[in-house]
Amino acid sequence: MATISYTSRRELEQHSFPPVVTILVPLGAIILQAILPKHFLRLAILDLPLIVTIFFSVSRRNPVAGTLTGASIGLLQDALTNQPIGVNGMAKSVIGYIAASIGIQIDVENLTTRVLINFCFFLLNSFLLFLINRRLLGVTSFHILWLHELIRAAVNTLVALPIFFLLDNTKRTE
Amino acid sequence: MESFFTRFKNVLVLVAILLAQTIGLAIQVRRPVESGAPDGSNVTLLRYWAVSIVAPFERVFHGIGSNVRGVWTNYIDLRNTRQQNRDLQDQLARLRLEQASLAEDAIQGHRLQALLSFQQHYVASTVAAQVVGTSGSELSRVIYIDKGSKDGLKPDQAVITPDGIVGKLRDVFPYTAQVLLINDQTSGAGVVLATTRIRAILRGSTTGRIEINNLTPDDRIKPGEQVLTSGGDQIYPRGLPVGVIQSISPDIEHQPYTIIRLKPAANLDQLEEVLVITGTQTALPAVTQKDLAIADQTAKAQAAAKAAAKAAEEEAAEEAAARSAAQIVADHLPSLHDPNHPDAATPNAPGSPDAAANPGGTVPRPLPALHPDRYSPGSTPSATDLTPGAPAPAAPALPSTPATSTLPSTPKPATTTPATTPKPAPPKVPRPQSPVTTKTDPEP
Repeated sequence: MATISYTSRRELEQHSFPPVVTILVPLGAIILQAILPKHFLRLAILDLPLIVTIFFSVSRRNPVAGTLTGASIGLLQDALTNQPIGVNGMAKSVIGYIAASIGIQIDVENLTTRVLINFCFFLLNSFLLFLINRRLLGVTSFHILWLHELIRAAVNTLVALPIFFLLDNTKRTE
Repeated sequence: MESFFTRFKNVLVLVAILLAQTIGLAIQVRRPVESGAPDGSNVTLLRYWAVSIVAPFERVFHGIGSNVRGVWTNYIDLRNTRQQNRDLQDQLARLRLEQASLAEDAIQGHRLQALLSFQQHYVASTVAAQVVGTSGSELSRVIYIDKGSKDGLKPDQAVITPDGIVGKLRDVFPYTAQVLLINDQTSGAGVVLATTRIRAILRGSTTGRIEINNLTPDDRIKPGEQVLTSGGDQIYPRGLPVGVIQSISPDIEHQPYTIIRLKPAANLDQLEEVLVITGTQTALPAVTQKDLAIADQTAKAQAAAKAAAKAAEEEAAEEAAARSAAQIVADHLPSLHDPNHPDAATPNAPGSPDAAANPGGTVPRPLPALHPDRYSPGSTPSATDLTPGAPAPAAPALPSTPATSTLPSTPKPATTTPATTPKPAPPKVPRPQSPVTTKTDPEP
């Protein structure tokens, strides 16, 4: 009798999403990110596209998909700014790749894990942006305020948790 | 070889994507770095695609928000409209007076500029636009407006509000445009300090503040000084408000320069509507000229009214001075009137028969003596009754001092004359307060 066996956690819990969700959720995150600070300036501290990148990457558990998701969202985000196109694209590509790689290894459904990965990825994103701006683009006036970045990471982690739970309902288990 | 690509597929994809983006970045920053300069055509195309995807949603959300706000503003929040209208009218009146006071200087300044062939740029035409979105990033201070090249907008046009400058157009698309705010780290503007007239370059920062960092320490520069556009950047017309100096501190990284932080005149955090300056001209716009003419007329009318008021005041002062001189003289002369006497108010009252008969005033009659003697008025017979050479008639019987008279023990005190009147008080004669019963005895 043939038995079904799983060789890895990736095969056990790999999820996919409907195409509508795959397109509309990142787009909605970018649009909301563009609209919200106009009305509530404090909300500029949020980075909804990064939250969505992390969610899709850890859920799909596919580094290539994670990289491409991060690159697409980051490039679209860059296109709306006055920065060179690719700054956020590169940072989010790396985060998508690492998030997907971590998703294979650990249980990302756990609340504590989600808090930790979100907080760490937001700090990593700030560090990557600092590296790209200072080292790659040579913007010497670019400074990073680590206290602000810590607060930013904490706030975004708090916002990410309900979004993760909301998006969990759109998962399709393969 | 095949197994290598299969094994390291994930990493290779990541490296390839990063490499592609790095090359893309290198191409974008290869051009000479110019703050706020528009992108190359390829990059603009990419941005155009992205904006085309996002902008319709932004417009829809903005429309919904505007309608909700419109309902609130037009139907619900009208309670304070009347008061606001009154306040605005007061403000308008005050501004008209201020404008009138400055009109003469302005006209003189324009005349001198014309004499010196000085090229001044005035705002000739503007396009009002609504803010529909932002970049969504703290590192990029740009906003999107709902007007584009179809409305006559072009890159590098200045964007302002009535309070002050906001930024300049960066990328302009057919139906939308990207505005680079002055507090973005790539922004720059030529400014001049209003009081000291020191020229400087304004820059944005990563923290979203605007600052001047190309000046060395100067004691004349103080917090609170207003900063205006200098016009030297060829983008912002001269004289527009930029902000107010908030703090001055040494620039530790670039000694001996200072960092002068400014509070922006326009509220860059809550922008709803902005004006894009689409045209400037060397002469004053027709509307402004008309306003200036009205202000000049108002100023002249004000000056005339002030002169008339001054003349009337001088005349009144002269009159008062003349009258006061006559009053002083009159006060120093002895008076025939007893102001305390009950009849003092009535004699010579205008319209009274006495006043008509004796224009010089009535001569007062002496009061009857309390103890008459031969010297008392009326005790001496008239001269017509006397015969020359005849012996003097016997003295008339004088009333003796009453034995049982009930005279007051103390005479009524004279009413005190006010200290302010230096007139000498007339002699007072005490009068009996109650009817006096006298017993007349023949003189022995």
